[in-house]
Amino acid sequence: MLQNRVINVQNLTKKFGVFTAVDSISFHVEQGEIFGFLGANGAGKTTAIKMLNGLSKPTSGSGTVAGFDINTQSEQIKKRIGYMSQKFSLYGDLTVKENIRFYAGIYGLSHRLIRQRTQSILQELHLQTVKNQLVDALPLGWKQRLSFAISMIHEPDIVFLDEPTGGVDPKVRRQFWETIYEVSEQGRTIFVTTHYMDEAEYCDRVSIMVAGKIEALNTPEALKEEFSAISMDDVFLKLARE
Amino acid sequence: MINVFKAFVRKEVYHILRDRRTLFILFGVPIAQVMIFGYAITNEFRDASIHVLDHAGDQASMKLVQHLQSSGNIQVEGLIRSESLIEDGFKSGITKLVLVIPEDFSEQLYRGSDMNIQLLADGSDPNNASTLVQYITAMINDFRREEAGFTAGAYQIGVETRMLYNPQLISAYNFIPGTIAFILLMISAMMTSLTIAREKELGTMEILLVSPLNPFLIILGKVTPYALLSFINAILVVVIGYFVFDVPVLGGMTLLLSTCLLYVVTALALGTLISTVSTTQQDAMMRSLMGLMMPSMLLSGFIFPIASMPEVLQIISRVVPATYFIRILKGVMLRGTGFGFVAFEISILALMTALFLFGSYRNFKIRLE
Repeated sequence: MLQNRVINVQNLTKKFGVFTAVDSISFHVEQGEIFGFLGANGAGKTTAIKMLNGLSKPTSGSGTVAGFDINTQSEQIKKRIGYMSQKFSLYGDLTVKENIRFYAGIYGLSHRLIRQRTQSILQELHLQTVKNQLVDALPLGWKQRLSFAISMIHEPDIVFLDEPTGGVDPKVRRQFWETIYEVSEQGRTIFVTTHYMDEAEYCDRVSIMVAGKIEALNTPEALKEEFSAISMDDVFLKLARE
Repeated sequence: MINVFKAFVRKEVYHILRDRRTLFILFGVPIAQVMIFGYAITNEFRDASIHVLDHAGDQASMKLVQHLQSSGNIQVEGLIRSESLIEDGFKSGITKLVLVIPEDFSEQLYRGSDMNIQLLADGSDPNNASTLVQYITAMINDFRREEAGFTAGAYQIGVETRMLYNPQLISAYNFIPGTIAFILLMISAMMTSLTIAREKELGTMEILLVSPLNPFLIILGKVTPYALLSFINAILVVVIGYFVFDVPVLGGMTLLLSTCLLYVVTALALGTLISTVSTTQQDAMMRSLMGLMMPSMLLSGFIFPIASMPEVLQIISRVVPATYFIRILKGVMLRGTGFGFVAFEISILALMTALFLFGSYRNFKIRLE
């Protein structure tokens, strides 16, 4: 059971001076799960993710990500995780192919692997015809899917998606979630933050952060029941009002 | 490791080649700057027009006027008849200097007594005026020596001036080293701080930091192309200086190039330091302009001599890296100085570089915490 916990943290805390951004949170994420990490702006989401990603050292608390200690093994963690942010993290002045090759390159993939993965991404996303176009020229939805594919170029155990659908229209968002399901079916864990409460319904389990603490954590159905709410939006509002 | 580095540098080269603005700053600005400094901003004068108020009106005074004109640098615009007309020429901007020859000029000249020639110059353009006055004084002394066989007598101190290393006082000798210092700083420091700030702005820096890439490799990958380009630029400026403006390189080429390399590293370290404290490109730009460009232009001895600055500014000039680099360049290029004479400046630059590197290392670490 414990082996399947790809993220497992206890009493994780981050303080900036007197301000406590993350206040002793504990939770775990199972392999292959789509874990929704919700919270209003400033609730401490970003700080928490940074600690899980090895970008920020916890003030106190312990935990493992992909089997490695977040306090001491952040370098190993970085090799096992993928990350995609709201900003799509692609270079607009590089072509589709150049972007893929660059990210494959910085993860230290061999020439053979780089060629293989580049081909498979271009094929899966139907980007063959535009592979030599600058990324800036692509529609937003394409950029987003490309960005997602690139964040998994090194076949990570866990993919962190930091508001991946920000600023994208509902139709494209739905398409994107279909891709997320496909990836999770392959056994990859998805850790996703979002502003859209309808997206929270798509997650296997959801945690909601308020003022540095995790105030609720369960499946969307259980949460709705617990707060006797009709939607996740409702749950969120009730939590925020408390 | 090497492949990762190559992938990074390749990406950086794409950025540079695809951005016209960057390309222009990299190659257009240095060349434009050398040309502007070379042809427009100059302390030399050519064809300075002067007026002569000749009270003597004899053969000796005519000879003097001819002598002045013979140099080719001075154009005698005309003779004025009376004192009251002197100012008219200045006001209309036609004349830069008025030479007043006394009535008993020939007597003074041949007897070897004190001379009372008066020079009136347009002080609204002080640099030009003082150069012109110096030049004409020297010519009059020349004339006096030739004409009267006058040599310094018992009661007079004969001052003979020679401008070593730049006998013709060509201003290119000053601005070529200054421009090299400025361009290296601009490209190495400003461009690297901009490109790093750009990654932060785009959000790609986050992705790079989440990847297993060593932060040092990120910085190294980003600065290497710029280091190379600024080095090429330095050589370009030396070459333009040599072929277009006849600025010599008397000292060792190895010494010159290795000090350029050292200064490139200093500037890169500065650029990285700036980028660690700025979050946007605009921020980085302002910091480089105010913190680097201005002092390097104004306080390094490039444009204004340090010795004539107020004490506070002199102290500031001592912490401007360009000050030392310009000293090294002038020594090596113009005076053919060897390593021994610039060792002090080199060690100061090396020390500064170490400090900046340490500073950016610490800042970078803190950001990751």
